[in-house]
Amino acid sequence: MSAADAALALRDPYHVGHAGESQARGHGAGGPASKAVIVGYGFWLFLLSDIVIFSCLFAAYAVLAQATADGPSAKQIFDLNRVAFETACLLASSFFCGMASIAVARRSQLWTQIWLVVTGLLGLAFLLLEVSEFAALYARGDGPTRSAFLTGFFTLVGCHGLHVSAGLLWLGSMMAQLFAKGFRADIRRRFLCFTMFWHFLDIIWVAIFSLVYLVGTKL
Amino acid sequence: MTLFGKLTWSAIPFNQPIPLIAAAIVMVVILGVLVWVTVKGWVPYLWKEWITSVDHKHIGIMYCLLGLVMLMRGFIDAVMMRSQQALAFHSEGYLPPEHYDQIFSAHGTIMILFAAMPLIIGLMNFVVPLQLGVRDVAFPTLNSVSFWLTATGALLVNVSLVVGEFSRVGWLPFPPLSELRYSPGVGVDYYLWAVQISGIGTLLTGINFVTTILKTRAPGMTYLRMPMFCWTALAACLLIIAAFPVLTATLAMLTLDRYLGFHFFTNEAGGNAMMFMNLIWAWGHPEVYILILPSFGIFSEVISTFSAKPLFGYRSMVIATLFICLVSFCVWLHHFFTMGAGGDVNAVFGIATSIIAVGTGVKMYNWLFTMYGGRIRFATPMLWSLGFMVTFITGGMTGVLLGVPPADFLLHNSMFLVAHFHHVIMAGVIFAVMAGITYWFPKAFGFRLDEGWGQAAFWFAFVGFYVTFVPLYILGFLGMTRRLQHYDVPEWTPWLLLSALGTFILLCGAVCQIVQLAVSIRRRDALRDVTGDPWDGRSLEWATPSPPPTFNFAHLPHVENLEAYWNVKQRAREELRLDRAAPYEDLEMPRNSPTGFVCAFFATIIGFALIWHIWWLMILGLIGAYATFVVFAWRDVPEYVISAEEVARIDSANRAVRQEALLGGQPS
Amino acid sequence: MTTDSERADEGDDLGGDSEAHVAKVSTYLIGLALAVLLTAASFWAVNTHLIYGPGIPVALATLAVAQMGIHLVFFLHLTTAPDNLNNALALAFGLLIVGLIVFGSVWIMAHMNYNLMAMTHPM
Repeated sequence: MSAADAALALRDPYHVGHAGESQARGHGAGGPASKAVIVGYGFWLFLLSDIVIFSCLFAAYAVLAQATADGPSAKQIFDLNRVAFETACLLASSFFCGMASIAVARRSQLWTQIWLVVTGLLGLAFLLLEVSEFAALYARGDGPTRSAFLTGFFTLVGCHGLHVSAGLLWLGSMMAQLFAKGFRADIRRRFLCFTMFWHFLDIIWVAIFSLVYLVGTKL
Repeated sequence: MTLFGKLTWSAIPFNQPIPLIAAAIVMVVILGVLVWVTVKGWVPYLWKEWITSVDHKHIGIMYCLLGLVMLMRGFIDAVMMRSQQALAFHSEGYLPPEHYDQIFSAHGTIMILFAAMPLIIGLMNFVVPLQLGVRDVAFPTLNSVSFWLTATGALLVNVSLVVGEFSRVGWLPFPPLSELRYSPGVGVDYYLWAVQISGIGTLLTGINFVTTILKTRAPGMTYLRMPMFCWTALAACLLIIAAFPVLTATLAMLTLDRYLGFHFFTNEAGGNAMMFMNLIWAWGHPEVYILILPSFGIFSEVISTFSAKPLFGYRSMVIATLFICLVSFCVWLHHFFTMGAGGDVNAVFGIATSIIAVGTGVKMYNWLFTMYGGRIRFATPMLWSLGFMVTFITGGMTGVLLGVPPADFLLHNSMFLVAHFHHVIMAGVIFAVMAGITYWFPKAFGFRLDEGWGQAAFWFAFVGFYVTFVPLYILGFLGMTRRLQHYDVPEWTPWLLLSALGTFILLCGAVCQIVQLAVSIRRRDALRDVTGDPWDGRSLEWATPSPPPTFNFAHLPHVENLEAYWNVKQRAREELRLDRAAPYEDLEMPRNSPTGFVCAFFATIIGFALIWHIWWLMILGLIGAYATFVVFAWRDVPEYVISAEEVARIDSANRAVRQEALLGGQPS
Repeated sequence: MTTDSERADEGDDLGGDSEAHVAKVSTYLIGLALAVLLTAASFWAVNTHLIYGPGIPVALATLAVAQMGIHLVFFLHLTTAPDNLNNALALAFGLLIVGLIVFGSVWIMAHMNYNLMAMTHPM
């Protein structure tokens, strides 16, 4: 490190970039950032906007949670065993998605596809468990049109399930692309976006199982 | 379930002359334009250079064009409303209630979402990358998708004129009136899908520009060397990312209520209509700041340039902008003080509303101090800015008045409110758009707009604005509520007549703008902008030729301080020569793509199908949209190369012209 | 974008100087272990009598936030390194908005429901 760099490190330890001294790309003096950073950041912003959508659905659920009309309440319909299974599936799928990231970094087509298949299967298991929960409720006449509470519940959890479905569709497309075109830079960038999306789905699920299911069975 | 869902021949308003004739005129005009374009052989050019363009400059121009056309449609709606109210004393006027309701709903929806937003976003599109010293936005194809999705929304709103009806519940669809039980027609559905689809486009724009501004700037351009317009664009786009998802979620909840019988906002089964109000205004208030912040940025640029002085208090402007951005998310309840949240909640939001005015106050003082001691040129953009400063202050004050809950209990939903928001939006957004378009028009097209007609347009707009809207304040105090189709209070009549007269004056202003454009095109050689810097500008967009080449800058500029171009220019004037040109290199630019247009095509199909409950068509549309993504994702060559020779040729030509102007002693 | 940046991207795995540590299995394993721990704790908290009843929702919320943090750090590699600082700031902004919307809405609607006697229970 040169003397100038050392002085800069003292003055600007977090590299926020004062007065144009930071020469790193994407930080003032350095000019535009690399494409991967740009794509990653843009997708991160998109995920934040998705979080805001979920927060509206959470707010609506919170407001409507007691509005059970003449239908069942949360305590009466939530099955924590199923929730535990769903959580395990999704968390594991997140982990294996991470394994797939490593495989991509090591440019191993075989292991990338294997880990992605595992991720997809676990995600599918999650989805099937959730669909069966919804179907059972609907068959009993406790579908989303029964009460405002059920509306809020089905919409919030269902929106997450829709996101998981879209994620699985994306996963399939990514597997096909990686297989057909290999580890080209733009495909790796897209894969980065996919992994961000998949982990984000698990983050939302943490909020759902904690604040909807677990709190619901308690209150 | 029939093949075409709810769609039948009765959807076309054969028995209503006004929409029928209006629709017929519009269709004839559109057909005429299409035929003219085809006969002249312009279709390949339009497809290659505009429709499939991913160039931020072309997308910006298209956004502005869309906005201006929709501004005219919204204005026609306004003329109809004012004239109806002027006539409707103890009479039914000429617009039956179900028609009048559609007009005021369409007026609001169009003006905010399909006129003001596209105009502001269009100006951001055109200017921000040029001011940042880069070649394009972070995600050019996404930019094209954004534009075409917005156009889809506008198209759906206009289709409702011919096929079916539009919403009758106002520009925000409050339940339970907007629920299926009380609005069984397709009107609210047209609204919902048009706004949702264009909302996606806007969200993508927000993401695009925040990424562009934060992650891709010219070398040397730190945050505190960015032009003020870029700062306000950043703040507005952060608000877009934060607020538009709320709109999406809330309208989705209403859509679920209408389509699937859910109970978010219904009267029965525990729904809570008030929650819609809460959530929709949590979007609605940031929305108006999304419109006004870039407008402030435009004024910062214009006032600085036409006072021949740097912007006063740059850092405080940045802080004020970010302050407004943050606080705008803390005031939304002031739109429904009267809904029953109670004194303590009202008080918190009322105080927050008063506090947010401080940010604007800081900006006003900074603009004043920018002008003080400067050499002011009263060109058209400066006139718009001065008109804005005078008018916006008073409009903002009426807003702070409304922000006092006890006062609001008297004035909520009265004509006072209507006058207030038109006051700030016209003075703020419309004046800014006019100033910005006049200011940057030469950069976009290579020739200036005619100054005489521009000044005439300004004076008509300025006077017309006051004559139209001051009577509405008085009407508010006299007790008139908004959206009345007829009335029987004689005290109101003179004010309504005066307001209608004002609308006519505004109409003259609009005509002047159109004439200005026509005259400017005819006189374009006399108005030619030869050097690319017609106003003696201070920021980087004036360093490019007019219009800029596709790649904007032959070399990415190295920025050394605030007002990057001004310093370069001053040095050139002192030394009587331009900076030495670095060696030219091949440049890669993003390839054009039909993705945006095709995506919007399928979005239109999906929207139309959902509105009319034509489920098979919806599925086809969804498959098509997904296929579009896959096809786009599968392409192998995203960029094309512009050779160094080509770059050199274009740049040398501009350098020669500028060198000549320097030696000839001209300002630039 | 110039050809230089394209060439640089081929070399970068995920771009930037902070992504170098992404390719480590141990990071994900630690994240998984911590997440499992926190999840188990959440399920345990609901069934136990060791926590004061009305405090359980707060405990669950805390555990949820902690687990989200684990995901962000171990799975999404969110750090405060230079290239990542904007991401962290954007997240902070997003969380502020979420807080305003959720807590603002609950606060407002609770007041409204109280004042306007909204029917939240069956007749």
